[in-house]
Amino acid sequence: MSAVTVTVPRDTAALSVGADDVAAAIVAEADRRGLAVTLVRTGSRGLFWLEPMVEVVGPDGVRHAYGPMTADDVPGLFDADFLEAIDHHPLAHGPTDSIAYLKDQQRLTFARCGVIDPLSVIDYRTHGGFVGLDRALTMAPEAICAEITHGGLRGRGGAGFPTGIKWTTVREAPGPTKYICCNADEGDGGTFADRMLMEGDPFLLIEGMTIAALAVGAREGFVYVRSEYPRAIATLRAAIATAEAEGWLGEGIHGTDRAFHLHVRVGAGAYICGEETAMLESLEGRRGQVRAKPPLPAHEGLFGKPTVVNNVLTLAAVPVILAQGAAFYRDFGAGRSRGTQPFQLAGNIRRGGLVELAFGVRLTDLVHRFGGGTLSGRPVRAVQVGGPLGAYLPGDGLDVAADYETLAETGAMLGHGGLVVFDDTVDMARQARFAMAFCAIESCGKCTPCRIGSQRGVEVIDRIMAGENRAANRAVLDDLCEVMAEASLCAMGGLTPNPVRSALAHFPEDFKRPPTARAAE
Amino acid sequence: MTGRESLAETGQDRDWEMQARARAIVAEHQGQPGALLPLLHAIQAEFGCVEPSVVPVLAEGLNLSVAEVHGVVTFYHDLRHARPGRHVIKVCQAEACQAVGADSLLAHVRRSLGVDRGGTPPDDAFTVDVVYCLGNCALGPTVMIDDVVHGRVTPARFDALADVRRRAAP
Ligand SMILES: Cc1cc2nc3c(=O)[nH]c(=O)nc-3n(C[C@H](O)[C@H](O)[C@H](O)COP(=O)(O)O)c2cc1C
Ligand code: SF4
Ligand code: FES
Repeated sequence: MSAVTVTVPRDTAALSVGADDVAAAIVAEADRRGLAVTLVRTGSRGLFWLEPMVEVVGPDGVRHAYGPMTADDVPGLFDADFLEAIDHHPLAHGPTDSIAYLKDQQRLTFARCGVIDPLSVIDYRTHGGFVGLDRALTMAPEAICAEITHGGLRGRGGAGFPTGIKWTTVREAPGPTKYICCNADEGDGGTFADRMLMEGDPFLLIEGMTIAALAVGAREGFVYVRSEYPRAIATLRAAIATAEAEGWLGEGIHGTDRAFHLHVRVGAGAYICGEETAMLESLEGRRGQVRAKPPLPAHEGLFGKPTVVNNVLTLAAVPVILAQGAAFYRDFGAGRSRGTQPFQLAGNIRRGGLVELAFGVRLTDLVHRFGGGTLSGRPVRAVQVGGPLGAYLPGDGLDVAADYETLAETGAMLGHGGLVVFDDTVDMARQARFAMAFCAIESCGKCTPCRIGSQRGVEVIDRIMAGENRAANRAVLDDLCEVMAEASLCAMGGLTPNPVRSALAHFPEDFKRPPTARAAE
Repeated sequence: MTGRESLAETGQDRDWEMQARARAIVAEHQGQPGALLPLLHAIQAEFGCVEPSVVPVLAEGLNLSVAEVHGVVTFYHDLRHARPGRHVIKVCQAEACQAVGADSLLAHVRRSLGVDRGGTPPDDAFTVDVVYCLGNCALGPTVMIDDVVHGRVTPARFDALADVRRRAAP
């Protein structure tokens, strides 16, 4: 029998629940039985509740999934002949691509993640990689920008700004020196798509950034990755070295006379450095303080030069648009939100993970059909959508289409696509307090409404929770939210009222509970 | 020579040695644009923290004022002014982990190691910090020990992870 290919993820989430132990146990057990196994370490498919999820490639090339695995399960699976890709075992899930959670997705950006060896250029190309870049190398910069504009791509970092327009601004800006900066700061609690992609398919990000460079005439780029992601940093650095060695990055891209040099820079634990101008300050070696706009980074960005700042997922959507054409990408989506969005199901959820779907999917489908409700089995009481600056929606208010405009109409926002689920034991006054406390900790300190307002917000909510003069303090809190929303320089202070106001609006009872009830918990 | 003087001298020797090593690290990073943050990471990787005594070396090497470098060091949560314990434990306190009991896990961690926030227990084995999201939000509560992320951390699992490290030779 020839060697059977077995894949085990080396994604941070899979490793966090023992993927390395499982991989070692598989190798040891195969050895003990004298069976030939080729172990491939991949990214994650994003079905985190099944991690560590092992796949066996059957004789017909079809992959079969097993999970969640522990090292102790390994001998039993060998006994059950799992190397023959059997499906009759309590941990077996059949062909991976037939698992409903995966089958029902529309994976464009994450098509390869968890499938290939993240650092193999051959794997990447076999699965359609670098096709978009090859096409871009034959196109005029204007044509690349136009393709992105027609594809309808909007920024996935939170603001949803049209990417083609941003690129065109940088392309048209005068001067020979321009930069591409990838925002991989992914600070929002409840999000992990950037991390998964950098660990599971780093060449896709490199390809997207290179296309951006060709489109605007940049020769140098930076990826700003948060320090909390050591494995993403290491994978990205290795991928850059490999891409350079194999002629896909650096001087002479794929045999042409074009050049693009890419560097990885590591953040230092400041949420505000995800805001694009603070990120630029940080890249220049300063405190991560927000810059006043204008000038826009597209006009005066890194080191004062015209700069494209895009999120990881924005840049990773680019190769598909070039490879398959703008019309293909545009066909997905709803209203003015075109393409697909990698949603992230997190928190108290039974089937947490990554769900990539066209915009317009209902939040209730994400939370219940995909997510399976709460992990605790209790009712879903609240879902925070779009990170720490996003609103809390009530469990019975999820029949909303997930696209930029529809969510905005309901007072919510998509942000980076994270959904954090809470069951009915959550105390929404505490969540509102946390929103203010987080803002106080992470404020860059440049403007008063945010720096002082958030601190005052914590104190006022503390008084409300303690039952002191509730009506008066509630009025103070409303005023504070108003001032923060209206007078902050950036969205950190400006949007922190979102979670606070939505908690007050949808869960008023939590702000009226007798203080003793809370203390007794 | 009194004991006090010799102590001071060793302290000074240590500073000199540290500054010499810092100079070598500065030389490696000096060339790149916006070198300060990569340089500070390298310094912390070498010494465990950014001690006030190396700040002038960095400032001189990058042609910045001491105040500027100090301003940067104090801005970023990651940069430490004092050496941590042998292992750094970061307990996630962001929303997704809150939803699955991150606060009670943090309370357990502190109780079980006998430390306050940011504190290091007397045996110098661990420093406990909080962190806001480690990108493992579907498998919380999440804890990072040194550079390794652990998911679905129950109090018992945490104690086992800490025990292994406590028993390992420093
Ligand atoms: C407080 C704050 C934090 C942010 N954090 C991030 C982040 O972690 N990642 C990101 O891509 N964008 C973040 N943004 C948005 C960026 O400022 C910027 O809009 C984005 O990087 C632009 O890229 P895009 O057009 O591809 O979305 C943040 C904004 C604010 C105000
Ligand atoms: S709103 Fe907050 S984070 Fe934004 S500039 Fe003002 S102080 Fe800085
Ligand atoms: S919220 Fe804890 S890992 Fe993301």
